[in-house]
Amino acid sequence: MVRLFGPLVGLFFAVALLWSFGNGAYSAISEPAGPTAEHEFHLHPKDVKFASDGALGKFDKQQLQRGFQVYKEVCSACHSMKHIAFRDLAQLGYSEAEVKAIAKQWGTKQPTFDAKSGERAERDNIASDYIPAVYYAGQGVPPDLSLITKARHDGGAYVYSLLTGYQEQPAELLKKFPDSKTPDGLYYNPYFANLNLAMPQPIASDDQVTYSDGTKATVDQMAKDVSAFLIWTAEPSMDKRKQTGWAVLGFLLAATVLAYLAKKNVWADKKGA
Amino acid sequence: MSFAWAKEYKPATGLTQWLDEKLPLPRFVYNAVGAGYPVPRNLNYMWNFGVLAGFCLMLQIVTGVILAMHYAPNALVAFDSTEHIMRDVNWGWMLRYAHANGASAFFVVVYLHIFRGFFYSSYKAPREMIWLLGVVIFLLMMATAFMGYVLPWGQMSFWGAKVITGLFGAIPVVGEPLQVWLLGGYAPDNAALNRFFSLHFLLPFVIAGVIILHIWALHIPGSSNPTGVEVKAESDTVPFHPYYTAKDGFGLGVFLLLYCAFLFFAPNALGHPDNYIPANPLSTPAHIVPEWYFWPFYAILRAFTYDFFFIPAKLMGVLAMFGAILVWFFLPWLDTSPVRSGHYRPLFRKFFWFGLIPTMAVLFYCGGAPAAEPYVMLSQLASLYYFAHFLIILPLVSSIEKPEPLPFSITESVLGKDESAVLNATPAAA
Repeated sequence: MVRLFGPLVGLFFAVALLWSFGNGAYSAISEPAGPTAEHEFHLHPKDVKFASDGALGKFDKQQLQRGFQVYKEVCSACHSMKHIAFRDLAQLGYSEAEVKAIAKQWGTKQPTFDAKSGERAERDNIASDYIPAVYYAGQGVPPDLSLITKARHDGGAYVYSLLTGYQEQPAELLKKFPDSKTPDGLYYNPYFANLNLAMPQPIASDDQVTYSDGTKATVDQMAKDVSAFLIWTAEPSMDKRKQTGWAVLGFLLAATVLAYLAKKNVWADKKGA
Repeated sequence: MSFAWAKEYKPATGLTQWLDEKLPLPRFVYNAVGAGYPVPRNLNYMWNFGVLAGFCLMLQIVTGVILAMHYAPNALVAFDSTEHIMRDVNWGWMLRYAHANGASAFFVVVYLHIFRGFFYSSYKAPREMIWLLGVVIFLLMMATAFMGYVLPWGQMSFWGAKVITGLFGAIPVVGEPLQVWLLGGYAPDNAALNRFFSLHFLLPFVIAGVIILHIWALHIPGSSNPTGVEVKAESDTVPFHPYYTAKDGFGLGVFLLLYCAFLFFAPNALGHPDNYIPANPLSTPAHIVPEWYFWPFYAILRAFTYDFFFIPAKLMGVLAMFGAILVWFFLPWLDTSPVRSGHYRPLFRKFFWFGLIPTMAVLFYCGGAPAAEPYVMLSQLASLYYFAHFLIILPLVSSIEKPEPLPFSITESVLGKDESAVLNATPAAA
């Protein structure tokens, strides 16, 4: 039975596939898919290195503090950071007093609700609060940035490239795709998937923030620092993960060598292992 | 069960004697994976993957049960509770990465286990039942992994769930009501997430049960081996313990090194970045792709792009995708060559290395690629070969192929000569 029906079923699928293949080939030849502006002008993230890259990489806390400053003074006006609590900032090297001060001085306050009187009010943030939500009324939907570097391919380099990638729309693009002119209110950026995004260039000029550690706040430096900070917010435990990994691999390597020797010993009197 | 020369369990202490009378569990273990189970002495490293698959299941159950203590299966908070595990639970990041990469490791191991079965025809009599149960385990694994991927409730979780449950909608007449009933709604939402969580917790234990049957069925004929020649005498075997426990111990070490390298240094390499974006029913990702271990079957699903007579393309794709695995059930009866091992089957071997393996590679690649040319046409040709390989080529090869001569016994294949073969040739000497 199987040997009778098997080949018939096989032929059925084979013919159906040939039918799809033939039709597909015909339409690919008769009406070939044209090139699109996204396909031709979209760029992969720039090649940029971060201290946390690679199996031996570790966060540069000084840089993370600078990146946090850029987030606080530039990004946080529109982008929330819901998975980070003020207390987490202690990991960047801030003292307890500094963390408390950062929380207290944070622009957006914590909403409160008095269940007895039904009154809504606000209070200052404290260290255990998560960074409060941002309500944004303008065009577009600024995404929460906590996980942004994990939510994009090559996330750190992507954020850096996006921040430094704003430019005039190339004349070549408009010549080739006259319909693809960047719409009003959007901005051309080849590192963004569909080339036009609603976010205006956030880091536009040098010294937009003033670093307290003396680092020159160039556009490139600020973009790199905030990208490094966003790699940290996406996975604050990354240093611990790699550190643990080396210990685990070391142990496993030793155990595997022992297991190999044990196996060799056990099989010594038998061929054919 | 097992061979006449299998060692018998002898309880040494008073306690084990008492236990052996009341509940002979140590005896059971001794006969299953101890010195009481004689195994062919010539197994190569491809025979390590059964034990490794069992290890992966246990790893997934242990990490999964602990993750379930911290996870909240509610569409409003599921994504954030996953991040809570990553950030606030002690060693939560390690548990979650271990579980997510553990699923990938499980599939790597099981695919190698299955393809070992293909090459050495492990599915042939008298081991058909082991094979059939194995395919059931694989199907259960796929269902479990799919539902597990939905739980973090990211973009790929949601849209993957929508696409895969949408497949049921392709069934004529009852399809759409069935889909709504399965999801508990018109699109994946809280009802679907809750039942997926419940089933994701249940199915691994069903898998464990079927694995017990799989091993039970294995112990009746005993393990197959690279020559495909059955065990004839005691000299063909060694006791499972210590010989294969030692070998599996080394295999486990190598496996854990590779697995932990991913876990600690590239934990997101096998996942999709979009799943770190919370599920949003109003925003469709540019490319919806399942996890890597589904790519070959996803490519087959998408290969059917035109209606075939009165059968809609979508239904054809669904039939073919399930058919691609169901065909494995019939392998013991499609491949009728009396020779098991691919080592002694010249034609079979060519189709395996230059047909099936490259085809799987192409399907794998196309399944992860966007649904555009040339990937669609490539996956159509590869799917065609896939079905032809199992349903047409394999039966044909079995009937026209001239196998190469087999060794007299396992012992002969290992040592170059077998004393009992000489004795058999000259009965007078006995």
